[in-house]
Amino acid sequence: MKRTVFKSWWLPYLLVLPQVAVTIVFFFWPAFKSLQLSLFRVSPFGDRMTFVGLDNFTKLLADPEYYQSVVNSFIFSTGVTVLSVAAALFAAALATQRIRGLTAYRTLLLWPYGIAPAVAGIIFLFIFHPAYGVLPYFLSFVTSYEFNWLLKGWVALTLVIAATAWAHIGYNVAFFIAGLLAIPASVIEAASVDGAGPIRRFTAITFPLVSPITFYLVVLNMVFAFFESFGVIDAVTKGGPGQATEIMVYKLYKDGFIGLNLGSSGAQSVILMVIVIVLTMLQFRYAERKVTYS
Amino acid sequence: MRLTPKPWIVSALALILATLLAAPPALAKTEIHFWHAMTGQLGEAVNELVKQFNESQSEYEVKPLRKGSYAETLTAAIAAYRQKSHPHIVQVFEVGTQTMMLSGAIYPVYQLMKEQEIKVDWKDFIAPVVGYYSKDGNLYSMPFNSSTPIFYYNKDAFQKAGLDPAKPPLTWKQVEEYAKKLIASGAAKCGFSTGWPSWTMVENMHAWHDQPFATKRNGFDGLDVQLLINKEFGVKHIGQLAAWQKDNIYSYGGRAGAADPKFVNGDCAMYIQSSALIGGFTRGVKFQWATAQLPHWGPPYNKATSIIGGATLWVFKGKPAAENRGTAQFLKFISDTNQQMWWHVTTGYLAISNSAVRNLEAGYHFKKNPDQFTAFAQLTKGKAGPNSQGLRLGNFVQIRDVIEGELENIIAGKKPAKQGLDDAVAKSNDMLKEFAAQNKQ
Amino acid sequence: MSAVGAGQLEQVRVRAGAAVVAPRKKPFDWHALAVHALLMACIAVIAFPLYYAFVISTQNLQEVVQRPPLLLPSSHLVENYAAAWKKVNFGRMMFNSLVMAVTVAVGKIAISMLSAFAIVYFNFRGRMVCFWMIFITLMLPVPVRLVSTYEVIGTLGWLNTYQGLTVPLMASATATFLFRQFYLTIPNEMVEAAQLDGAGPMRFLWAFLLPLSWANIAALFVVLFIFGWNQYLWPLMITNTEAMRTVVIGLEGLIPRSGTELPTWNLIMAGAVMALLPPVAIIIFMQRWFVKGLVESEK
Repeated sequence: MKRTVFKSWWLPYLLVLPQVAVTIVFFFWPAFKSLQLSLFRVSPFGDRMTFVGLDNFTKLLADPEYYQSVVNSFIFSTGVTVLSVAAALFAAALATQRIRGLTAYRTLLLWPYGIAPAVAGIIFLFIFHPAYGVLPYFLSFVTSYEFNWLLKGWVALTLVIAATAWAHIGYNVAFFIAGLLAIPASVIEAASVDGAGPIRRFTAITFPLVSPITFYLVVLNMVFAFFESFGVIDAVTKGGPGQATEIMVYKLYKDGFIGLNLGSSGAQSVILMVIVIVLTMLQFRYAERKVTYS
Repeated sequence: MRLTPKPWIVSALALILATLLAAPPALAKTEIHFWHAMTGQLGEAVNELVKQFNESQSEYEVKPLRKGSYAETLTAAIAAYRQKSHPHIVQVFEVGTQTMMLSGAIYPVYQLMKEQEIKVDWKDFIAPVVGYYSKDGNLYSMPFNSSTPIFYYNKDAFQKAGLDPAKPPLTWKQVEEYAKKLIASGAAKCGFSTGWPSWTMVENMHAWHDQPFATKRNGFDGLDVQLLINKEFGVKHIGQLAAWQKDNIYSYGGRAGAADPKFVNGDCAMYIQSSALIGGFTRGVKFQWATAQLPHWGPPYNKATSIIGGATLWVFKGKPAAENRGTAQFLKFISDTNQQMWWHVTTGYLAISNSAVRNLEAGYHFKKNPDQFTAFAQLTKGKAGPNSQGLRLGNFVQIRDVIEGELENIIAGKKPAKQGLDDAVAKSNDMLKEFAAQNKQ
Repeated sequence: MSAVGAGQLEQVRVRAGAAVVAPRKKPFDWHALAVHALLMACIAVIAFPLYYAFVISTQNLQEVVQRPPLLLPSSHLVENYAAAWKKVNFGRMMFNSLVMAVTVAVGKIAISMLSAFAIVYFNFRGRMVCFWMIFITLMLPVPVRLVSTYEVIGTLGWLNTYQGLTVPLMASATATFLFRQFYLTIPNEMVEAAQLDGAGPMRFLWAFLLPLSWANIAALFVVLFIFGWNQYLWPLMITNTEAMRTVVIGLEGLIPRSGTELPTWNLIMAGAVMALLPPVAIIIFMQRWFVKGLVESEK
């Protein structure tokens, strides 16, 4: 379709300038520097830089701790995504039924989205606290197993996964509500006329129709959990116990800013970049396809 | 219009002129920037100390700034140095010593004092503190807040369990025995816990039992160092901790000071943590408590001394001589006997000069506060040797993190002690190699 | 999406959003009851952590450590919140967070709108290059450029400043794509009509596109405000003084990691509640546009 455009030889450049400028200064330049750093061994004070080629990378790929952090990242992201998306779909499906008080219900489902994952983490830290927390207290009536997240890695992981998923439910609910509302009522009515009960209507009609959004949200949540969850880990477990909650982003920060090993940190940035590229291409491919659908 | 100005205008002008001329020449006092990591009551003490200095003279004004935790402060200082916007003085924790020493960015304090012609009696500083921060007999950073781990115990709980509150356990076997009694009588839920696990249970235990932590005299003698914590002593002690965890004789409470509440609430009747907590406990603890020296395994291990923790003040290069003078004066001020005494009494950190300790003794300070003396005694009255000089390792921040991570694996029962310690040593040795390569002179 | 589809969408939205259709003589609506019950259960589970945090923030330390845990609010609300406020200079931090959130949101929206406008409505040399450049930023989230962006900021002298806090977060590819997608749905006829009227590009943007984009802008504002307010890693790195810290970081600072100060959980929870109130308030007030804007952007 031929688009109608405006004629001006200078205006478009001016318009894109702010974004391009910020992009170059704060995205490309640092990305390039990361690449550069990853090929050097740098002393903490920056006064000594020795070129070491791919040394930083080979060390990383040979380090079992690094693989652990990759595994942790995947476990964490998958846990958050599954929990958050499934719960959101369930809640959104309920909130788009024909009942009274929908706006109120929706507001009540959406608001947790405003909570920073770090803040959510702190609240959950207290709820899970082995000494004061309400959750271990009630669980102690059911089992004598000690849910001490300070020592038990899987408890710590559960804690941070639950906190992050909780904080992100609102966002997913919003998308699902939007998507569910877009399903023409006629389709659903046709099904109910056919005698299908609410559950059957959902599985046979609604769910397939909303699956593009589900897919989109799954990818989005994975990316979010992978990269934006530094706050939870730092505020709550700081990667512990052992390395149980040390995700890739946290390890990058720890090695670079606390361990002062800038070369390794740079190499980790580069690897992360590759992973983001793959995930983002997936996401974008999908988004473009959606546009052509409609 | 009259040509002569009105009389009142003249007087006004004269007054203004006089005021301007009489204004102190240091209308702009030279600023000395001091970055530190002290919070709460300790932070207030730092501010007070700095205020005392500022008010004692009129040329310089020290500006203290809390930058965050020890690690954050170090990172910020390094980043600032790279941007040439660094402070004059920065407080760095003991594990950053090697990094700072080899960095080429610092101005060793012995040199600073020499060049500023300020006389400091270096011999007056207590040996363990000086030993940690000197090279070739010269002090590189100014000791500021040093402490050592000691043993705290809950006298009320002891009483309840039928133990004599005036007789703390001296050996680890006794700790085990007492813990069992405490738990059986319901006086406590767990026997003992620890803060800063690597510092107290690995670094200090090795020093206290006269065992080497690492080769090359714990790193003092060179950069090609390897850890020795996976030898017989390490495996025995850490293995025992893991076994005790199962019966609540030992109850792990996390890193740094995360386990403090366990003692303060009365959950654990005994606690091993920095002597610097005395001030906080005095304020916050509701029951009767006392301190004692660290438990010891006894023969065949010798009893040496414990090692210090805490932080010192490092001076950065790259500042003009006039400002360095102010820095030197501040450092001299805080190391003076009077300030030492005040700092110790207010914060609980060790006074680092022998004269200060003697004065405190003369003033019956220790008689009135016997708990404060435990740390001194432990550091100075034992038989110091090459294994208790302290530790000088590069990448020590990460190494501690590695050790604490493996400790958690061992205590949680995920790995046997030997394996966990072997893994810790392997990873740490890698980091030490990396550091050595980075700093090939 | 075609005009017919949009119309249907409107209908569905109206239907679903309105109160229940006037009931004909129906048997007891089990369906509605089940839905209500399940929804309430969901809300309860979701709201519990916040409720509990609130309860703790109103207790004093003795009540906090009590077993069994007290699940009802106590009476120390005002003193706790006041103490938390003073302890870490909450006022200043709230201000910093506000500046950051609003600046990032407004900045991102403005910049992205202009870029999207240029890319869609002009044919200029380097148009596709710009597009791809912006696209690539999606692949460089903060953690990936962390260490080096820190150095760049240092070189610019922007460490510990508002510019340093906000500008690096401002180039947003997602917002640009959103606007681009939206602009692509504007029919050509409208543009031609405007051109016939003698309107220049800027006037077209201001008088025609902007009013149409309100739903998008509102939704974006909510998302971006929350994004800016809840930033953790970036402000942690960039700010060195307490005066520049944001609320989310300051809260983490309330948790004592070591010793002499006992963890005052009631104050920490009070801080947490204060920290989450503004973004949650924004969601609640703007929820209608938020969902609406998302619906539009789904096209």
